[in-house]
Amino acid sequence: MAGIEVTALHKRYPDGTVAVEQVDLSIADGELFVMLGPSGCGKTTTLRAIAGLERQTTGDIHIGETLVNDLPPAERDIAMVFQFYALYPHLRTRDNLAFPLRAEGLPKAEVQERVDEAARLMRLGPLLDRRPHRLSGGEQQRVALARALVRRPRAFLMDEPLTNLDAELRADMRTEIKHLQGELGTTMVYVTHDQVEAMSLGHRIAILNKGRVEQIGTPLEVYDRPASLFCAAFIGSPPMNLIEVEVADGKLRAQSGLVLTPPPNLPRDRRLVAGVRPEALEVTEPGAEGSVPARVVSAEWLGDEIIYVVDHDGRRDVRVRMPPTVRFAADAPVGLRHSGGPPPVYDVSTEELVA
Amino acid sequence: MAISVDEAVSTGPARDHTPPARRFGGRGRAVLEVALLAVLAVVMLFPVLWMIETSIKENRDVYAIPAKFFGFKVTLDHFKDVFVASGGGRSALSAAFLNSVVVAGVSTALATVLGVPAAWAYSRFSVKAKKDQLFFILSTRFMPPVVVVIPIFLMYRQVGLIDNKLGLILIYTAFNVPFTIWMMKGFVDEVPAEYEDAAMLDGYTRLQAFWRFTLPLLLPGIAATAVFALIFSWNEFVFAIFLTSSDSVRTAPPAIAGLIGGTTVDWGLVAAASIVFALPVLVFAYLVRKHLVAGVTLGAVRR
Ligand SMILES: Nc1ncnc2c1ncn2[C@@H]1O[C@H](COP(=O)(O)OP(=O)(O)O)[C@@H](O)[C@H]1O
Ligand SMILES: [Mg+2]
Repeated sequence: MAGIEVTALHKRYPDGTVAVEQVDLSIADGELFVMLGPSGCGKTTTLRAIAGLERQTTGDIHIGETLVNDLPPAERDIAMVFQFYALYPHLRTRDNLAFPLRAEGLPKAEVQERVDEAARLMRLGPLLDRRPHRLSGGEQQRVALARALVRRPRAFLMDEPLTNLDAELRADMRTEIKHLQGELGTTMVYVTHDQVEAMSLGHRIAILNKGRVEQIGTPLEVYDRPASLFCAAFIGSPPMNLIEVEVADGKLRAQSGLVLTPPPNLPRDRRLVAGVRPEALEVTEPGAEGSVPARVVSAEWLGDEIIYVVDHDGRRDVRVRMPPTVRFAADAPVGLRHSGGPPPVYDVSTEELVA
Repeated sequence: MAISVDEAVSTGPARDHTPPARRFGGRGRAVLEVALLAVLAVVMLFPVLWMIETSIKENRDVYAIPAKFFGFKVTLDHFKDVFVASGGGRSALSAAFLNSVVVAGVSTALATVLGVPAAWAYSRFSVKAKKDQLFFILSTRFMPPVVVVIPIFLMYRQVGLIDNKLGLILIYTAFNVPFTIWMMKGFVDEVPAEYEDAAMLDGYTRLQAFWRFTLPLLLPGIAATAVFALIFSWNEFVFAIFLTSSDSVRTAPPAIAGLIGGTTVDWGLVAAASIVFALPVLVFAYLVRKHLVAGVTLGAVRR
């Protein structure tokens, strides 16, 4: 097992596309590290560079103590699970699992033992004698995971392994992967564009945008204090409300008069935007104390909560998360009030967190 | 060449898919359609039928006037003449058939060996100006053989490849490689690159990964492509007649054509030789149809 160190990674494809501008990652031994970002931001390219399937243009990659820049994939001792499972179609499950081991030239008994162990871990018993085309999508993905396990590699790389599964199965597999990683304690780099997956899986999350790392942090840090406007808009469902604010008499004030708890050390003389989570706002009776007038545009009833979209300051997209007991009709005049702690505040021009 | 392949490939399915008369409206229309198709079929198939008849008629009946459609005496003498010379021993035609087998077989094998890895490389790697390169490769097929045969003739004379099987093999290979690259690139594109990626992570080199995982999945595609290349080489006439002259080198198409043109023409022999010549093509064309329809991947990958 080993940590992974990526330093100043830059990848430009021969056709001129710059897929990775600059990426620095320091992944600890035994960590479940998630790379999160929208499609096309360079996640796969970064992962393939770590795997050795793609040669970076510049930058260094260390796995453990070893500089692996010039090592072929086979010598990096890592396993990768692809979005398209890439099970060998002409081999039964059993042989698909045994394949990497036979390639290593392990003795028969050892191969058998490891295949049985992986099959037990991923509960593949009844599937061992089937070929891939007779497995469902979920089963194929379990086999692909087992195939990564048998090698007992120093690290797992996962490229959106659950994207092709339906929602329910995806949630199950997520739990399973997390459990497995904890059990084995093997370093895992997990790539996804799904923030829910990232939040629920990762020990730490790196948010990528246009080939750059925007933020690295624990799920909580990433949620509470997104490092940039991009992260603020990307994490959370619904995402943060980005409200233009001014500093006046030590208070953070929106144009409508909505008052927010100010964070310390606010810079002066800059245009600022506050990132306010939907749960840090409250819809109240009109005229309630500390509230500003607003109007309900629409309400999404989700059972355990209601997401109100309210018209505030001429913007019709402020989202508020309320318990299901608080009910207002669409179009009703209401009050809007900030109820949380100091929100993260961003500079409009640099789009970065300033306080 | 292309025409014979297309026909052979399409007749079967076309018959199966004759649309129900209802769709076009009216029974009358359906009857008309069938009648027209029947006329067309007769016109198209009559020469073939006549060739088959001629090949099994005795010479007396071949030259009979009026021509005999039925009631002639059946003989296989013409087929014997194709293979056995009149004085005993092997005939010149049978040598020509053997030459055809060698030339078509070797040139197809060469084109496959050269073209499949090239197609794989074009499919898998980023190559500078890939599209232009591929277009250039295809453009070598734009010119019909008759246009390039004179320069080729002059070049071959310089290097001593005139009237030489190797000469024919090389030129047929040159014609088949572009075709093989283009057709195989389509098949390789269909096989997900992840198989090779996975194999490389499992400890194989890139070439081993190609050889052990991608190649087996490509076999149906290779078979189909090779059959087309084989048909081209087998049927090719222009280069063969310009570049070869002796019986020991000549392939079957110019050899059969050479049967016509003396003072008397042995039509029975021409017909029998033509049938012997056409049969492999028909068989192969039938195989192509099967493979072209078959998917390449076996359904393990969901996109
Ligand atoms: N082989 C390639 N050649 C050229 N451009 C590529 C290649 N692979 C990916 N790209 C481009 O690089 C960018 C990043 O791709 P990728 O790493 O696959 O993103 P992600 O996995 O985050 O969706 C995209 O713009 C993509 O079009
Ligand atoms: Mg990707």
